[in-house]
Amino acid sequence: MIGNVIPPALPLLAAVLILPITSGPIRKLFTLLLPLLALFLVWQVPDGPGLTFPFIGLDIVPVMGSNVARLFATVFTLMALVGGLFALNQARVVELAAAFGYAGSAVGVCFAGDLVTVFVFWELMAIGSTLVIWSAGTPEAWRASMRYATVHLFGGVVLMIGIVGEILGTGSNAFTQLTLDSPARWFMIAGFLINAGAPPLQAWLPDAYPEGSPFGTVFLSAYTTKTAVFVLLVTFPGAQILIYVGLFMVFYGIIYALLENDMRRILAYSIVNQVGFMVTGIGIGTEMALNGAAAHAFTHIIYKALLLMSAGSVLYMTGKRKCTDLGGLFQSMPVTAICGIIGALAISSFPFTSGFISKSMIAQSAADQHLAIVWMMLAAASAGVFLHAGIKFPWFVFFQKDSGLRPPDPPWNMRLAMYIFAFLCIGLGVWPDGLYALLPYPTGYEPYTGSHLVFQFQLLLFSGLAFFVGLPLMKRTLTISLDVDWFFRVPIRRAGLAILDGASALRAGLADAARDRATDSWHFLQASSGRRRLRMLGQSTGVAVLIVAFLLGLYVVLYYV
Amino acid sequence: MTLAIHYPALQVVLPLLAAPLCSLMRGRDFAWAFATLVSWLAFGIAVALLFAVRADGAISYHLGGWEPPWGIEYRVDALGSYLLAIVTLISAVSLSFARLSVAREVRQDQHALFYTMWLLCLAGMLGIAITGDAFNIFVFLEVSSLSTYALVAMGGGGDRRALTAAYQYLVLGTIGATFILIGIGLIYMMTGTLNILDMSERLPAVADTRTIRVAAGFLTIGIALKLALFPLHVWLPNAYTYAPNAVSAFIAGTSTKVSLYLLLRFSLTVFGPTFSFGKLPLNEILAVLAVAAFLIFSALAILQENVKRLLAYSSIAQVGYMVLGISFASVTGLTAGIVHLFNHALIKTGLFLCVACVAYRIGSVRITAMAGLGRQMPFTMFAFVLGGFGLIGVPLTAGFVTKWYLIMAALEAGTSLGLVAAGLVLVSSLLAVIYVWKVVESAYFRPAPAGSPPVREAPLALLVPTWALILASIYFGIDTRISVGVARDAAVALLGGIS
Repeated sequence: MIGNVIPPALPLLAAVLILPITSGPIRKLFTLLLPLLALFLVWQVPDGPGLTFPFIGLDIVPVMGSNVARLFATVFTLMALVGGLFALNQARVVELAAAFGYAGSAVGVCFAGDLVTVFVFWELMAIGSTLVIWSAGTPEAWRASMRYATVHLFGGVVLMIGIVGEILGTGSNAFTQLTLDSPARWFMIAGFLINAGAPPLQAWLPDAYPEGSPFGTVFLSAYTTKTAVFVLLVTFPGAQILIYVGLFMVFYGIIYALLENDMRRILAYSIVNQVGFMVTGIGIGTEMALNGAAAHAFTHIIYKALLLMSAGSVLYMTGKRKCTDLGGLFQSMPVTAICGIIGALAISSFPFTSGFISKSMIAQSAADQHLAIVWMMLAAASAGVFLHAGIKFPWFVFFQKDSGLRPPDPPWNMRLAMYIFAFLCIGLGVWPDGLYALLPYPTGYEPYTGSHLVFQFQLLLFSGLAFFVGLPLMKRTLTISLDVDWFFRVPIRRAGLAILDGASALRAGLADAARDRATDSWHFLQASSGRRRLRMLGQSTGVAVLIVAFLLGLYVVLYYV
Repeated sequence: MTLAIHYPALQVVLPLLAAPLCSLMRGRDFAWAFATLVSWLAFGIAVALLFAVRADGAISYHLGGWEPPWGIEYRVDALGSYLLAIVTLISAVSLSFARLSVAREVRQDQHALFYTMWLLCLAGMLGIAITGDAFNIFVFLEVSSLSTYALVAMGGGGDRRALTAAYQYLVLGTIGATFILIGIGLIYMMTGTLNILDMSERLPAVADTRTIRVAAGFLTIGIALKLALFPLHVWLPNAYTYAPNAVSAFIAGTSTKVSLYLLLRFSLTVFGPTFSFGKLPLNEILAVLAVAAFLIFSALAILQENVKRLLAYSSIAQVGYMVLGISFASVTGLTAGIVHLFNHALIKTGLFLCVACVAYRIGSVRITAMAGLGRQMPFTMFAFVLGGFGLIGVPLTAGFVTKWYLIMAALEAGTSLGLVAAGLVLVSSLLAVIYVWKVVESAYFRPAPAGSPPVREAPLALLVPTWALILASIYFGIDTRISVGVARDAAVALLGGIS
């Protein structure tokens, strides 16, 4: 392997090849063992750069350990393990293989020791996640995966220009803290932010994620955005622009989630919202803020996956995804409902759940920096989160009216996966010290102080009150809310098609205009009559020769100038 | 070893002498086995030469013991040895592939002649790469071109479109070769020598004459024709589309590469960078044509319904990348252009072999006909996906290495035009995503047409050579020491060594 370190990404990437060629119980064994092995390997990587090897004229460091890397890689591999369990008996093998490749690439980014390695895994991640969306197998998923791939390949282009520019400008490909002082670095941060779901391209996320299968979406929610959070945390902590970008994301997510009817789209918008908290934390850039961002990424992956497992179970058992079609499922799906509620409490930062111990650090760091407006906005947003994700999702899906549906709880492996994450949501909330010990900086943060608790309970109480007072307003109707993705769904797509149409029309036009004197080469080649073809052949070649003569003249003239 | 010093001569003589022998062979597969053996031997020699040049620098071999510039010199330098290795490798792999595919597409009584032509074509291309004599270049160019026309004409099992395509290629190719000959003649007129090194030494003294400038014009146009550089690309799509599948794979990986070698040789070794890029606006002209080539033809490739034609259009676009690299006139740019010779040869030949596998099984290369093949021919189609990644330039494929150096060279120029060029390269690579996707979509997401007979995976004899190239394109996307190392040596030598 590389030096004496086995790259933790390796077992997950190997799964891409292993899972399709195995079947039955052996495949299931691998589905659970490989992430477990990866999780083990994450903890075997020593700090500092491992072996380097030369590639395209640079020194590449494929594996480099650090405590931030370990934190993110731990939750990434944990997610692969529990996600694999959730999908164990139900997901298609292509989907599982793609999801593991995707997870492995995300782990690869965590341990990257240089920017080229980051980029390589970044692109692999885009491919893996596109495949995951594909695997849902519906026409909508197919189209969504195309739009998703377009945005991410564009993001890759921006990032590549940034990284090449950085290497040219500084001669270094180190993956380390940078200041935003050159155009290349602006390109880099833009490339990272596209994956984080930042404006103006944020709409890819709620557009694509809900189209995944019940299992694929669970994986999708974890990796792309959180990997972006990780690289931002490493490269651009304290970049002020991130505060504004983050706050935008926070409110964007809340507003659209409140308007949304599709349960998984609600949760997708809330990913943008939650990642907004993390990006804001990175923008604040103090040790506590960075700790908060990292911790929040960790807890967020778990509770968001739990919420999406709960929503995925509902979708899997009922085949319905719109709030207006659902309701009253608590009676027949108690496990799914309770796990969903635990996830909802965690995302709302209810005390004694994991969200409380992480998100409050970000708000606290804003207060410590005397960023009063930021602090107030974050507090308001916390209330909004409770409204849209904390109450709205469980209320409309599991309670509210009786939809008449009586599906049972999902199969055992899906239930077990939910139990594990529900347990972690509460466990991390009650005993936060284990997570705090993993954070990048030492923390003296104490979440359970009287003022924190009183403040949070007030916040939750009043926003809960607001929800039920405003319930008629919150009632979801069968509406579609337009987002900026409309721009690349409709006008840009039309423009692209128009250009292509124009090109073919131009080609056809040229061919028409030239039909008598000379014809486009393939038309004459496909013409059937022998004599006509021969005549046209002479003409088309004649035109080509004319071009040759013209160019010769042109070159000679240019060479004289 | 005494034989080793004659490798430069053997490199050309072996296939050249084997060709007439091959034409005498009768009986099933005999000619094929012989040609394949010769081709692999030639590859062995090329690899030996490559390492010899890497270790000890350029090799000069005097034919018949006559000292240059009086006698003919074979000269193997970094660039030449790189090209020798590429051409022989592609030839050997496509020949290994050819047996079943050719048996189906070419009339049985023509097989011996087919492989004879192949060997002649190989000998011609190797001769171009190895000779140090400008007139010799023309001779070998004609040898390889004439045999290529014949090979293309044998396509499609008597499909007359192959004949017309070959005829068109012949007319335009001959004009190209004539222009090259006129150019060489004009230089000879002014310098009185045909030896390339000798020429390059004497040229500066007469560089300001009209004759030399006209010579440069003729040579540029002639080479651009053979290179299929936009707008002189007309012959290429037809030739690639209607040639026998194995021949498409062979010429896609070699003929434009040899032409690019000629461009480098004449513009940089003979005329020298100061003349070509300083006194003449060659780099500006090349840059404009290259950008036009890859933007227009990546877009047009999206519209194609025939996969071979789609790949042909993509080849014109990829020639654009190589030429763009050269037009930066920097070591990084030239490295990008030269390394793409190799990378693109692996990728494009690999893809044409995938298409040949498909054609072998379903008899069609139309995208619509490939519906449902993802399940029925999983190995072939997965190879196509990986090759497609190479065309796009996904990391860990050889295509990425090229893209990286190209972007690097563009940004290194430090101008806003450089940034624009970098952006356009990346836009073009996104267009490549679309045309690769079209094939993938058909193969994996469209159900096989109802009532169509079940299709089996291609036989192992076809899959092994295909996968060999596809895996090589991934290997050289990860281990770049040799591919980029030699390309960089060649670039440094071309820019700095002789001017």
